[in-house]
Amino acid sequence: MDIADFFDTFFEEAEELLADMEQHLLELDVDDPDSEQLNAIFRAAHSIKGGAGTFGFSVLQKTTHIFENLLDHARKGELTLRADLVDTFLEAKDIMHEQLDAYRNEEEPNQEAYERICQVLQQIALEEIGQTLEAPATPAPMVTQASKSEPSKSESPEEGETHLLVVLLNVNDKDRTLLVEELEQLGDIQSHSGDDKRYEVVLKGGVSADDIEAVMCFIIEPEQISISTVAADDRAPVPASDVPVPASSPAVEEVVSTADAPSAAPEQSEKSPPKANDKPAKAAPKKAASESSSIRVSVDKVDQIINLVGELIITQSMLDQTVSDLDDQSVGNSSLQNGMSLLQRNARDLQEAVMSIRMIPMEFVFSRFPRVVRDTAGKLNKEIELITEGKSTELDKSLVERITDPLTHLVRNSLDHGIEMPDEREALGKPRVGKLVLSARHQGGNILIEVRDDGAGMDRERLLDKARENGLNVSDAMSDEDVFQLIFAPGFSTAKEVTDVSGRGVGMDVVKRNIQGMGGRVEIQSKKGEGTNTRIVLPLTLAILDGMSIKVGGETFILPLSTVLESLQPAKGDMYAMAGDDVVIKVRDEYLPVIAIHEVLDVENAITDPTKSIAVIVQGEGRRYAMLVDELIGQQQVVVKNLEDNYRKVPGVSAATILGDGSVALILDITGLHRLSRAKKEAGKVTNHPHLAYYKEAEPS
Amino acid sequence: MSQAANKAVLAAAEAENREFLVFSLGEEEYAIDILKVQEIRGYENVTRIANAPDFIKGVTNLRGVIVPIVDLRIKFHLENVEYGGQTVVIVVNVADRVVGIVVDGVSDVMTLTPEQIKPAPEFGVTLSSDFLSGLGSLDDRMLVLVDIDKLLTSEEMALVDSTSNS
Repeated sequence: MDIADFFDTFFEEAEELLADMEQHLLELDVDDPDSEQLNAIFRAAHSIKGGAGTFGFSVLQKTTHIFENLLDHARKGELTLRADLVDTFLEAKDIMHEQLDAYRNEEEPNQEAYERICQVLQQIALEEIGQTLEAPATPAPMVTQASKSEPSKSESPEEGETHLLVVLLNVNDKDRTLLVEELEQLGDIQSHSGDDKRYEVVLKGGVSADDIEAVMCFIIEPEQISISTVAADDRAPVPASDVPVPASSPAVEEVVSTADAPSAAPEQSEKSPPKANDKPAKAAPKKAASESSSIRVSVDKVDQIINLVGELIITQSMLDQTVSDLDDQSVGNSSLQNGMSLLQRNARDLQEAVMSIRMIPMEFVFSRFPRVVRDTAGKLNKEIELITEGKSTELDKSLVERITDPLTHLVRNSLDHGIEMPDEREALGKPRVGKLVLSARHQGGNILIEVRDDGAGMDRERLLDKARENGLNVSDAMSDEDVFQLIFAPGFSTAKEVTDVSGRGVGMDVVKRNIQGMGGRVEIQSKKGEGTNTRIVLPLTLAILDGMSIKVGGETFILPLSTVLESLQPAKGDMYAMAGDDVVIKVRDEYLPVIAIHEVLDVENAITDPTKSIAVIVQGEGRRYAMLVDELIGQQQVVVKNLEDNYRKVPGVSAATILGDGSVALILDITGLHRLSRAKKEAGKVTNHPHLAYYKEAEPS
Repeated sequence: MSQAANKAVLAAAEAENREFLVFSLGEEEYAIDILKVQEIRGYENVTRIANAPDFIKGVTNLRGVIVPIVDLRIKFHLENVEYGGQTVVIVVNVADRVVGIVVDGVSDVMTLTPEQIKPAPEFGVTLSSDFLSGLGSLDDRMLVLVDIDKLLTSEEMALVDSTSNS
């Protein structure tokens, strides 16, 4: 086994640590910093440094090292925090992230950024605490050298003279071999012995306990390892009864530094193990509980389970159908039916549980925005209050990952173009602080994500002028909605001047493309002077759906139940033909456009007489339509299967599903059908209107 | 390790002989690389897709996977397109997609040596020679070797969303 096998683990852990660090930095109250938070930030930096050193990522290691030292001063109270320092810290975190990404892609990190941030951090140290930090070691990616060059707080005073006793508790054979190999990389192993329960390794070399932990933690839990120093001449293993110092140094430092004088904390905890003994022992179990509550599983595996469960559900409905078709309702059959209903319930529960694995709350997306807003608002000198709604709305993981970039872009755009400067706002009688709302919620079968601001709103005239300037084909008669959609045209920007944040006209078209790529739509609602609301409507790609099965001709389709409002038998007198071929139906004093599914989807042998068919009133994106179908079959839950996996997007169809008999049924997309019907009519494809004879001509009133 | 070595030896010995699955469309014999073939099944239970080209028969359920079905006979403008007990669907794997193609029948699997594969002449309006990897000659038979990857991912098959989709 190679050390490279641990790279991925390191990358993932480091990424999480960086995310933690950022969160803490953002929450940090500069005037009265919480020592817990400072410690957490320090620990994150420290862990990354350790890992980076071990894996030979020297640039990352050195950056983290300087950063860590600075943080160390901060948590000891020697460095007074200020907002701009936090900004710099955030920047340092970003650069570390970039370095991490570079290593992950097997590239060399950006040397310039590294040197710059090191310099900036050094500068801070010099100005704020009047001392230089230890200069980064000369480039030496060698593991041992790198770790030696650290001013390790835990290192034993006489390097080389002392030996470290590493005790591994409850580590199985396989992991142990790996760990011993790892230790060999760090120093000379003097002796090793023991069994699964307790295995002792005596290590010689200038490695610090922290470094060992940092390596080991990628393989085993911190509680499973303990490290203590033994003098060179006294190599007798520490008696087993002796409570070993739990190696989870974070816990040690945390407890000690909050309880004791902060300055000497780390040294103390390492140098005088007995003193710190009982405190960490209390802290450790708590930590273990939170760490072991989740496991890492590849998405592929989860998807496979979801597919299999989907299959199970289909098989179950197939059986169900067979059983309900049985004529003989004798005793034997009733127990069969009991079994079937039990199976059905279990299968559903299983499906729900499995589906929930992939769902993660929107909080994962929203949590990055406080940072984005802070940075952007800072650059633009604007005052912004960010409000997030519906953080717990769950969304499929794949969507969450893909929605982040477009959403960031929209937020930046709102901050830059939408919300006015504080003075300007005041002059307009608005509060100085602009409001930006991010909200997510389920709406019908869709997920609706909104970016709302109370800024200047869009200027219809200016958009039109700009569009003409760009040579786009526009007219004054365009609806507001269409005009606002212009901003998604490539190269379109109405910003008066290009700013650092946005306005270069690249991006909005990409946003739209990305969202369309997910099968979603972007809509803009805006009122001049009052603000803009950008709505992203995402369909479900992976979900079970409550559906209404309908029959048209010989074909079965599914309508998302959430869109269905009611169904009725249309009377001749309720239907009116409008100019052209549009038909509307009057339902309770409301005129709804009629979409005959058999026309839009070219179904043969369907009922063409609307008075003999059934009108299903459906709602899509706030509008209502009447769909003409032959027959309603019933409600059922269906597994949504993506059509695009092997085929392509089909207009008017959002996805497919597999029915109880194993055949495929298409799930209809209401607004898509409406668009398709309009497009067809415009293209003149629907040329015969035998049905028009059934409608009354609209009377001029 | 040993598998790779074996493969190398085999490849050297067989001088890149390739195996093809031979199928018939009307009177003609076609062949595709057997490594692209996932399975062969009957034609049944296909759900029509509205507003799709006529050679796309629709989609079917292949053990939980929704698979589009393309009728090559319609695509190649053959007469007598009938669906019966003999009608066969070859399920192929191309470009990470699973697609079923309807053919009149599957006859056998043939091994062709490089000498037996002749370049395809420039011809054909319905079947551009771009989609052919050559012509296989086998005694008095001629096999049209179809580059099924290129054919099924081509724009005219309308199976794949074109990237310039606005």
